[in-house]
Amino acid sequence: MDSVNPLRWWQVFLGLPNRRPAKAIGIALLVALACSLTVALTALNLKPIADANRLRERAASLVALVAALGVDMPRARLVELADGEYVARDPQSTMMLDGGRDLAGLGAVETVAEVYELRDSAGVQLVVLPVRGAGYQSVLKGYLALRGDLDTIAALRFHEQNETPGMGAKIADPAWQALWTGKRVAGDDGTIRVRAVRGDGEGLHEVDGISGATRTVNRINNLLQFWLGPDGYGPYLARLKAEAGT
Amino acid sequence: MKLSKRKLVQPIVTTNPVTVHVLGICSALAVTTSLATALVMSISVIFVLSLSNTIISVIRRHIPASIRLIIQITIIASLVIVVDLVLQAYLFELSKRLSVFVGLIVSNCIVLGRAEAFAMKNPPLPSLLDGLGNGLGYAWILLLIGAVRELLAEGTLLGYEILPLVEDGGWFTPLESMALPPSAFFLLGLLIWAVRSLRVEQREAPTTRKPEVSS
Repeated sequence: MDSVNPLRWWQVFLGLPNRRPAKAIGIALLVALACSLTVALTALNLKPIADANRLRERAASLVALVAALGVDMPRARLVELADGEYVARDPQSTMMLDGGRDLAGLGAVETVAEVYELRDSAGVQLVVLPVRGAGYQSVLKGYLALRGDLDTIAALRFHEQNETPGMGAKIADPAWQALWTGKRVAGDDGTIRVRAVRGDGEGLHEVDGISGATRTVNRINNLLQFWLGPDGYGPYLARLKAEAGT
Repeated sequence: MKLSKRKLVQPIVTTNPVTVHVLGICSALAVTTSLATALVMSISVIFVLSLSNTIISVIRRHIPASIRLIIQITIIASLVIVVDLVLQAYLFELSKRLSVFVGLIVSNCIVLGRAEAFAMKNPPLPSLLDGLGNGLGYAWILLLIGAVRELLAEGTLLGYEILPLVEDGGWFTPLESMALPPSAFFLLGLLIWAVRSLRVEQREAPTTRKPEVSS
């Protein structure tokens, strides 16, 4: 029975000269296995804490955005993306997006999203829409706040991003985010026209791009197109506009 | 001095990785804008360097020479990811200020340098002490530069007010330039000059010679 003793195999393996390819492959596999186990276990154990940190930062970002606008805290509402109606409960379901519609690079999108609305006697004063999408090398998450006309941007902020420091990461720069304030979302024909361009942005719809971060900025344009469009908050915004019109 | 103790103490001044070998400069410049970031970075490097040295030393006889660098880097990178995850979980705000520089410990020449030059040839205990000593050697320089920069740029240390600023009714006018990366270069240069003036043996041989004038 000596030949099937694992300990014996281990000793034989360790006894192999380092020049032998079998030893090199074996050691490489063992080191890779031990390292990946260590990293995976650490990540799994710390995930709840890291998620809680992210949620706290998300909430703080919303509070800061609202405070900067000097308005009351808006009320959270659940909205069915497909028809823009309020719903009472989030079914936690998602909808697959095929290539042509998936502008934000999400793969799938939730069917019910949480938005924040501030109303007074005159109607909707402010809506804050959570937006997200694939950046150049990380997921970008942020809030887009629209004024009561549902066309003027009150603020755009990203609270989560991991783009290249000093380049793409400049999207987190308050000075750059402030450029979006006051821009108009849609053109006269109703198409979504707001975007950051290369160089200096001109007119009501264009924002200055960031040199060295063209790809990150393009991804922001795409995610805004998506979230303001028919698969994002388009139906919801259309419903609010219709409501204000009547 | 006992051999093992010397392994620990020597790299702090005599063979300091930053002032003598001028390694690890990139991160030394980047994370020293404040004492808090310098402190977290120092602890991270000490942790990674001590553990990577120890682990590599334990398995050194079984690392085939042909794949030794990739094995070393795999171990170092795994430790760095663990540190990064821990920081993101428990020191979230600081980890955002440190941004990529914790991840870049992987490519810090000190870590791979000690693995290759020391841990591959020595038993685990001396390797641990060597890692600890080199980590401390890196740390005190980071902490010193971080402290000077934060004090002169903000009038604070670890966020506590030391020098009352003029704008808050005090007397101290902050040196804005200290917050910028070049100031770390100047401070590091002055520090290396000071250390090498006190310890003449650390001076490098001149690379150029005076031309001989024949009359």
